[in-house]
Amino acid sequence: MCKPIGLLTLQGDYQKHQQAFADLGRETFGVRRPGELESVSCLVIPGGESTTLTRLVDRVGLREPVREFACDHPVLGTCAGLIMLANRLEDERKGHFGVEPLGLLDCTVLRNGYGRQIDSFTAPVGLESLDGSHEPFPAVFIRAPRITRTGPEVEIIAEYEGEPVAVRRGTLLGLTFHPELTNDLRIHKAFLEMVDRV
Amino acid sequence: MDTPRDDKKIMELYRHKVGLAEMLKGGVIMDVTNAEQAKIAEEAGAVAVMALERIPSDIRKDGGIARMSQPGMIKEIQATVSIPVMAKVRIGHFAEAQILQALGVDFVDESEVLTPADEKNHVYKHDFKVPFVCGCRNLGEALRRIGEGAAMMRTKGEAGSGDIVEAVRHMREVTEGIRRLQLMRTDELMAEAKNLGAPYHVLVQTAELGKLPVPNFAAGGIATPADAALMMQLGAETVFVGSGIFASEDPAPRAKAVVDAVTYFDDPAKLMEISMKLGEAMKGRAVNEMDDKEKMAGRGW
Repeated sequence: MCKPIGLLTLQGDYQKHQQAFADLGRETFGVRRPGELESVSCLVIPGGESTTLTRLVDRVGLREPVREFACDHPVLGTCAGLIMLANRLEDERKGHFGVEPLGLLDCTVLRNGYGRQIDSFTAPVGLESLDGSHEPFPAVFIRAPRITRTGPEVEIIAEYEGEPVAVRRGTLLGLTFHPELTNDLRIHKAFLEMVDRV
Repeated sequence: MDTPRDDKKIMELYRHKVGLAEMLKGGVIMDVTNAEQAKIAEEAGAVAVMALERIPSDIRKDGGIARMSQPGMIKEIQATVSIPVMAKVRIGHFAEAQILQALGVDFVDESEVLTPADEKNHVYKHDFKVPFVCGCRNLGEALRRIGEGAAMMRTKGEAGSGDIVEAVRHMREVTEGIRRLQLMRTDELMAEAKNLGAPYHVLVQTAELGKLPVPNFAAGGIATPADAALMMQLGAETVFVGSGIFASEDPAPRAKAVVDAVTYFDDPAKLMEISMKLGEAMKGRAVNEMDDKEKMAGRGW
């Protein structure tokens, strides 16, 4: 309860997450170096560019520390953050452009699964299995990835057009959309409840 | 063209546009002129590439009319990298923008680096599904472009010069303008909107937020990791590097170094490490030795 929320601040829209947690009265702490994980209660991997994020994670030596941290701390990944959490990437083109995910969530992800920026969209998704609420959540998909396979231990929290868009295993939560770009704080709140239970 | 008509649709679309700009924060956007350079940029960790036929320092050298890049060349770059691909249109040239939108470009830069097509009007950007970035020299210019629907602002700087002085001037002008707004009483904001020639509602929003309502990036003259760190410390949220990388002696390590410098922009020890063992930076030209006619920042208003 006393440690702040960790935010991976290597690149991306981490300020939007910071704002969301601030609106819920919670302090955040930026993580850019391995030792900084000791100061936080959980980790949020924001949206951004997954090519950039995976390269920076390796350059700053955060890959193994984050993997270890995730064993006993909650982690939330949104969009590029979900790509980071996945254990496999699907891509028609070879080599996945050097994107090496952390391999924490047993699922396969297709980057830019809906197309380019002009194909970005907002759609309502149900959150009942996350917090029991009945009101649909306005999910913002920006050059979003698609989850094409989930392993047996992975629970599907929300779907859009019959495909998973939010998945969970234990205290790892991955979303293909951006709750931080809306004023609806239900997902951040649900994540905080997970953090406070640990 | 599939353009939105009602306000609700326009605002939802605008959220997607600004949303992509948010994703590019804390990164480096690099000018590239072919697929091979685009690959080097992606490899180095660029968050996006700007596809153009000639880097600004060559446009400056070659003279003539600088136009939108050939669609074929942009397509080749789109097929090569997985990061967002941006491209430039001439100021006011909405037909070039329509073509780039049809190409599926991720961001359009209405840029003073190209020869302006309209001396009076910029593109009305809310008409498009594709987001736009525009350059500015001061707060009034930034707010006018946001009023037209720009989803990202950047300093104009002086492109292709390798001289950071103009980017610094423009970034300081914008942040100083915002600080002034924050000190003002509500009843003074309309007069300030009149002084700046800025749309009132965007100005009020900026005063309330204490920052521009869209991400604010730096561009124009960034050539070294230290330049990138300087702009980030002055308040830029991402940097564009144009000629600075591919006009330098050894582009790949320099590209990587600038990416690392943006991540560690406030850590001098890291910046020192990052700045070691780089080849020669681009030679560049001092802006104060240029004729006014040569300067690109004066294009647009």
